[in-house]
Formats: sequence, C-alpha cells, structure tokens
Amino acid sequence: MGQVALRGVSKHFGAVEAVRDFDLEVEDQEFLVLLGPSGCGKSTVLRIIAGLEDPDRGTVVIGDRAVNDVEPKDRDIAMVFQNYALYPHMTVGRNIDFPLKCRGMPKPERAGLVASAAEALGLTTLLDRRPAQLSGGQRQRVALARAIVRRPQVFLMDEPLSNLDAKLRVQTRTELIELQRRLTTTFVYVTHDQIEGMTMADRLAVMNEGALEQVAPPAEVYAHPASLFVARFIGSPPMNTVTGTPARLDGELGIGTSGGQIPLSPAQRQAVEASAATTIAVGMRPERLTIGTTGPLPATVAVVESLGAEHHVICRLTDDQEVIVRIGTDAAVPEEGAAVRLDFGVEHLHLFDATTGDRIGR
Amino acid sequence: MGTEPSVAALAPGFTTALFAVAGIVVVAVLLRVASRHGTPLRRRRATKVSRYLLLVVLGVIVLFPIYITVVNSLLAPDQIAQRPPLLFPTHPEWSTYATAWTSGHLGRYLMNSFIVTVAIVVGTLVTSIAAGYAFAFLEFPFKRTIFVVFLATMMVPLEVTFFTNLQTVVSLGWYNSYLALIVPFLATGFGAFLMRQAFLGLPGELRDAAKIDGLGHLRFMTRIAVPLARPAIAALGLFAFFSAFNQYLWPLIVTKNDQYRTVQIGLKILSRSQISTINVTFAGIVLAFIPLFVLLLVFQKQLIRGLTAGAVKG
Repeated sequence: MGQVALRGVSKHFGAVEAVRDFDLEVEDQEFLVLLGPSGCGKSTVLRIIAGLEDPDRGTVVIGDRAVNDVEPKDRDIAMVFQNYALYPHMTVGRNIDFPLKCRGMPKPERAGLVASAAEALGLTTLLDRRPAQLSGGQRQRVALARAIVRRPQVFLMDEPLSNLDAKLRVQTRTELIELQRRLTTTFVYVTHDQIEGMTMADRLAVMNEGALEQVAPPAEVYAHPASLFVARFIGSPPMNTVTGTPARLDGELGIGTSGGQIPLSPAQRQAVEASAATTIAVGMRPERLTIGTTGPLPATVAVVESLGAEHHVICRLTDDQEVIVRIGTDAAVPEEGAAVRLDFGVEHLHLFDATTGDRIGR
Repeated sequence: MGTEPSVAALAPGFTTALFAVAGIVVVAVLLRVASRHGTPLRRRRATKVSRYLLLVVLGVIVLFPIYITVVNSLLAPDQIAQRPPLLFPTHPEWSTYATAWTSGHLGRYLMNSFIVTVAIVVGTLVTSIAAGYAFAFLEFPFKRTIFVVFLATMMVPLEVTFFTNLQTVVSLGWYNSYLALIVPFLATGFGAFLMRQAFLGLPGELRDAAKIDGLGHLRFMTRIAVPLARPAIAALGLFAFFSAFNQYLWPLIVTKNDQYRTVQIGLKILSRSQISTINVTFAGIVLAFIPLFVLLLVFQKQLIRGLTAGAVKG
C-alpha cells in the first residue's frame, strides 16, 4: 500500500540544516501537499522520500518497509520534476516507454502500457514528437505520463506546475486532482503556491526552516493556523497581525496595542492568562474585519484596491501598523483618507505568542 | 636556385595584394564611421556592408594560401616562378596529382596517417568521455586536485615531455611502430576538461530522473549523457583528428622507415625528392588536405555548435 512515513528525519548540507526532526505520516491514497516558502526544505523532504538524498538521521518508510537502504528505482515511486526532466533526445513515446524498458519489461507489454498512459493524458497524437517540439503544458503531461506508466505506489511531484502560465496552471491543477482520484494512489506534492496547496490537498503539511509547522486539512489550516508563520503564510491577502501586550481595560483582560485596545472572549482571556506570553500577536483575517463608525480600532483608509469581485481596503492604524480589510462589491467603499473604525467578532481573532510564534488557545 | 622565388621577385605581387586588403579595410572603417550618421535605415545598411566587407577580407586572407596551393599544383614549374604570379592555371596539368600519388608513395603515408588518426580519435573520445563523466558526476577523494592536475597537463608544451616520452617509447620496444605513434596521445587533459564542461551543462534533474528509472552510471552515461553531449563530442573528435593528422615532429622521431611514417613526413620527403618539380609537391599537399576538407564540410555544424555549446542555455 502507498503509505509514506518519515520518522525523525534530519538532513544537513554543510552547515545548513535543510530538514530537522521531521515526522510525517502520509496515508494510502492521500493527496498530501508539502507547502512552504522557497528554501524551507520541502524539496529536500521529497528527494529523501525518492531516495535521491540520504537522510543524516531518521527512517523513511514506504508501504510497509523501511527504504533507507533501498535504491530509488526499487522504492516503487515515480517523480515529476519542476523542469519535467524529459530526455530531450527521445521522442514522447520513447520517453514514456523508457522507465519500463529500463526495468526489462517485454516490448509487447510495454506498448500497451505506453498507449494507455498516452491516452490518459491526451498525448496519443504527439508520440513521435521530441520534447523540444512541445509546449510547456504538453511537456508537463508527458512527464506525468512517464510517471503513471509504471503504476507506482507513490507519486512525488516537485512544483510541477510552476513553469506553466497562470491559465494553464489552473487547468492542469484540475487535471491533476482528477488524475489522482482516478489512479487512487498516494500523491506527495511540493509547492510554494498556497492556492495549489489549498485547492488540491487532502492534507497540507506547512513547512518553515526545515521543520513542520502544521499538518491538517486545508480548511483547518486556514481556520486554525497552528503558528504565527502559518497564519501569515496561508491566505491571500494574508492575515493581519497586530502586536500588543495583555492589558486590563475596565477590569477585563484584553490586548493593549498602541493603536487601541482589543477585547477578548472569556476563553481567549483564559488562554492568555494560562500562557506565559508577554507580547501577543493578534491575527485577523481580512474578510472578518468590517469598516464602520464603531469598533475598537480607529484607523485611516490609505488605499482602496478594486479586484472586480471584491475590494481590498488598506487601512493604517494610529500607530502606523497596516491592516487589510476585504469587502464585497455590494458593500459601501470608504473614501481614501477617511477616518474609520475597524470592528470584528472576537471569536474570529487568532492569538499567538509573538516571541515563539505558538498559537494561544484554540 | 633558379626556381626558388626570391622575396624581391614576390614583392610586386604582395604589394598589390597588401594594397587591396588595406583599401578594403579603409572602406570598411569609413563605412563604420559613416554608419554613426544618417537615417536609421542607412545606418543599419552601412553597418551591414562594412561588416560584410570585413568578413570578405578575413575570408580572403584565410582562403588565399589554400587557393594558391591548388593553383600552383596545376601549373608547370616555370609558371610558378613567373612574376607577377599566375592566379589562375590556363593549362592545368592534372598529371601532377598522379605523379605525387605514385612517386611520393602517398597511398602508404595516408593509410598510416588514417590508422594513427582514427586510433587516436577513438582513444581520445573514450578516455575523455570517461574522465569527463567522472569529474562531472562522481564523488571521489581528491577530485578537485586530480582535476587541477589534468588541467595542468594542458599547460605543458609537447617539447617539455618530448624526450621523456621518447625514452619511454624506446624502452618499451615501441620504436618504429604504430604503438609509438598512437599511445602517447590517447588521453588529453583538454578532452577531459571539454567533456566535463559538456556533462556539467546537462540539467541535474535528468540524472535524478534516470536514477528513479533505475539507470546506473554506465547506462546513464551511454544512454543519456553521451547522446546529449554529441556536439561537444563531435568538436573534440574533430580537434583530435586535426591535431593527430597534422603531427610532424613526433612521428618523424619515433619512426625510421616508410612502413610507419605518416603523410606529413611523406610530404616533406616528396618536396625533397621533387625539387625541380615543385608543382608535384603542391599536388601532394592538396591530396593530403582533401580528407581534412571533406571532414570539415561534413562536421562544420557540429564543430560550431561544439565551440559555442553551453554559451546559451536552450
């Protein structure tokens, strides 16, 4: 079966720690997306699973066996690379056929598999072309066909859509999701694009500086980011964070910022009191904020960006911290320069220890 | 020596040629200067014309010696001595070629040259590909140091190693044999360097993909790396061919008779034996040159691609 597990995996490149104490379990037939900014170690994790890098410490399990000492070819995986890694001197047909040929499969058997892989990805008419004669999207499909032709347990994909233009990326994204459903195989997919992660993943594994920040379904990651990093990384426009200290106003604990006092719910108050945090980052999703004449935070409207389906209102708090508010097109758009007040439901606030980045409360 | 052309006799011809070349260069420079003025279209045209003029001049300079060799091979000896020199054979004497071939034993010499050259080219390619691949894709102790030593051999001129090599060859009992002509040139630092660069130009992802497909180093080298490095291999093959084919001093020293002597020595012997019929020597030179010319025509695309390989990522 196509489970993948990394247990206590670490990897150094010279003095740089690319992956540290990494624990991850990928279920059979799951679409897991490793998401993180460039240089966070996500590609290294993928290469460790593939066997292209050896971990310094830890165990890699694919199916039900530890594969640390197993050659890449014997791990029953297929990998799709960012630049496709098609063999330029071979035709599309030979590219798809090559992995089978390398494994010594007899020709008649191979021909059938190549034909069905090519058909699955709409490449039947392109089999005699060379990669250089194909568009980016077609090359991507050849790379996918080459991966699926062997029917491996696990597919590893390293930013496979990043070289496609925006429109084709959306289309290929859908095709990939459909492909995964059809193949019912495990996908481990690396990307720095949070939209890809949010739309494709059964579960997201968000990485930062070689470590896992959170592993959860996309909706959960969005609604309850486990750390300040995840909160700021997921969401477009990103979550607003305002930094302050625990302070009492009229006897009730809230977060005092130089821009105003932020009230808390009873549960949040308890969580803040229970934590040792001295500085607290309060996170507010742009769509959870409203602009009006009442509310705890006074602000000035700096810029209004109209995106057609919505507006992004960029406000400046009295202490110059910037806050983005997302409003629908049917809502009243404030004038630039207007003095307003920002309101929010306290239940939508996210609290983090500003020093450690850890989430406070649920 | 009546037939030996003196510098003074050549002078008028050379002066004319020099004037012609200088004139064209001056026109090209003037056009270049003019190209800075006038409408954009005119400027572009002037630039183009001056560029072509310059290329024509360079082309003439490069091709003229070859042309005059062919012409001289078809003239009678007294016509060659004529001043001003004849630039076109009015009554071509084709018999010179037959004479050169038979009396100069060019067949034997050319055969030797081909045996030696082909062996050197094949050997150089095999060793360069293997060494270049090792430097590009394998990890082994002292890799950098060994590579620098390889490069250092490129800085040592042949003359420095000449006597050591000669002693080695003689002590191995290879004097006057194909082995003496071939073995010292089977591996070059330049070849290893060129192939290393070509292999380093291949995307790293190809090696990764091949690993997942189950290709070991040998199969990756033969199935993927070598086919993709074809332009560099062709260029290296041509360089090896030319330098092996044009060797003179080494084959002269390590051979003692016609059985192993190569065509360059054959030409020297021909010129000595045909002092009064210098046109036969010229014919011999043309005959020795033809194989190179054909090779150049066939492989010129690869040669240019090899020289510029890696300059532009494609």
